[in-house]
Amino acid sequence: MSGSAENRPTLLVTGAGGALAQQVIQRLRADYRIVAVDFREEVWLGPDVASYRVDFQKRGFEDLFRRYRFDGVVHLGRIMSSQGTRMSRYNANVLGTDRLLSLSDRYGVRRVIVLSTYHVYGANAFNPALIDESYPLKSAGLSMDLVDSVELENLATIYLWRNPDLNITILRPCNIVGPGVRNTISNLLASHNAPVMAGFSPMMQFIHSEDMARAIETAYRQPHTGIFNVAPQDWVDYRDALEACGCRPIPVPSIPPMLPRTLLRALNMRRFPPYLMDFFKYPVIIDGRQFAQRFQFEPERRLETIFRYYRELRYQS
Amino acid sequence: MLSVRIPLYLNPGPGMKLRQYLKKRIVPEAVDRQVDRMRKVTGSLGHDPWGFQEDAAKIGMTLVRPIHDYWFRVDSRGEECVPDEGPVLLVANHSGQLPLDGLMIGYTLANRARNPRLPRAMIERFFPTVPWLGNLLNQVGAVLGDPANCARMLENGEAVIIFPEGIRGSGKPYRERYQLKRFGSGFMRLAMEHNATVVPVGVVGCEETMPAFGNVRPLARWLGVPYVPVAAPVVLPSRVLLRFGEPMHFQPDPEMTEETMARHVDRVRSAISDLIDQGLSERERVF
Repeated sequence: MSGSAENRPTLLVTGAGGALAQQVIQRLRADYRIVAVDFREEVWLGPDVASYRVDFQKRGFEDLFRRYRFDGVVHLGRIMSSQGTRMSRYNANVLGTDRLLSLSDRYGVRRVIVLSTYHVYGANAFNPALIDESYPLKSAGLSMDLVDSVELENLATIYLWRNPDLNITILRPCNIVGPGVRNTISNLLASHNAPVMAGFSPMMQFIHSEDMARAIETAYRQPHTGIFNVAPQDWVDYRDALEACGCRPIPVPSIPPMLPRTLLRALNMRRFPPYLMDFFKYPVIIDGRQFAQRFQFEPERRLETIFRYYRELRYQS
Repeated sequence: MLSVRIPLYLNPGPGMKLRQYLKKRIVPEAVDRQVDRMRKVTGSLGHDPWGFQEDAAKIGMTLVRPIHDYWFRVDSRGEECVPDEGPVLLVANHSGQLPLDGLMIGYTLANRARNPRLPRAMIERFFPTVPWLGNLLNQVGAVLGDPANCARMLENGEAVIIFPEGIRGSGKPYRERYQLKRFGSGFMRLAMEHNATVVPVGVVGCEETMPAFGNVRPLARWLGVPYVPVAAPVVLPSRVLLRFGEPMHFQPDPEMTEETMARHVDRVRSAISDLIDQGLSERERVF
């Protein structure tokens, strides 16, 4: 039974235009008074959810903190690495997050969830499998286009230790896929033909957006702070994943390494960005056991369910 | 409508179909059963985090069998020394330019009648950068030679094949055959930390499979590989002898000095040296 709007704690959810944020809101709206923000659009999420289009850098953003006195923040909004320029991503993701966390601290927020990504570990041939949370974040050294992802994490980590009252939990999920998800890997699984690096088929992990939304909800409701990988104990290689989704792999020449990089830069495909190329060559397999144990969380949807969704999608279209 | 849709969803893609086709066409029932006896911890689609794939392992084992039985005519002794379960480090001498020694040790244990084990070979760091080959090796159970990977394997109770000489051993010229190079001590630390049994293995015969008379260093540097041997362009059919030694146990000691560690490593090295000598004395002819 949900309490009245006045009695419920207030929660700010960023990135409300995305499928994941909407699923998180759906799960939390009964117990929290939700304020949804997105920098792209004002999203209609029902009469009980206040929704705004805001730029974190603008003064108006602070007004929301004054007005609603948020108890918690779930920070899911970011410009994905396949969107915008490096500078715009840096401004939105790093400086924007800095403003968000600094306002959260100033206005007495008591719980913050920050969504990061497994991309921060970087893809290189020498990665061991089952990378745990203490593994170095190498991606900034491998691609300038992922610097903002690492910087965002570093910033959140600084706040995590410097401002313990914020109770920050940083989640590093594997590939999030499923209905409505518009990231690079989800778009590839949904396409008829998808590029693969000839001779390479790295192991990958996938988590369904509903499971990820439940992971965020679970994390928010429990008081454990820290940095956690979120991934199921299930693995599949990229080619098998594509084929299980009914997608035809189109090989891109992979040697010498200069060739595919030049080719992808020339083609400038948004759905297969050149700086993510190495994630399609080398595995980045993360170990999600710490999160699973600490939060008693286990994904419910298996790989077959995820891939069946994409096959159905193709069949229907 | 339903009758059309269900087969479509269950229908794997062409690559998966190829693997299933090969498995159906070439994998004998005996190999199928043998690999099933060595069940690994895999995900819902038959992969483990390092890329091992059950069906690929069955196909690989089928293809290696004639090479093991008829090309190298492997004569192995003492494989019963490898414990039936629990973490094991199979420590062997490395030779022959190509990692055929690891392949033969792996096949021998996987083909063992009583309690077969499918050991995981730690491979050189450049293999994952080689198209097709890197993936292929991972699918049949090989793993990037990183201490973190080895530690995870031992935690999972796997048998792991280690060549402490590394490329110093595999890339050495023919004139230095059967001379053991310097052993790294990483394997000893891992064995102690994970309470793993160390089984020394002496490999005789792989030195003659691809005798090398030099190394084209500039070309190796340009290609980004450890060495480019001046060698016969074919793998010669020399007889391979594998001699497994008695299991060794090393108790962990937090106060252990580097000197003590080096003494333990030397014990394993000298056990391997003895096994090589035993193999060489028992070998009647090279080919």
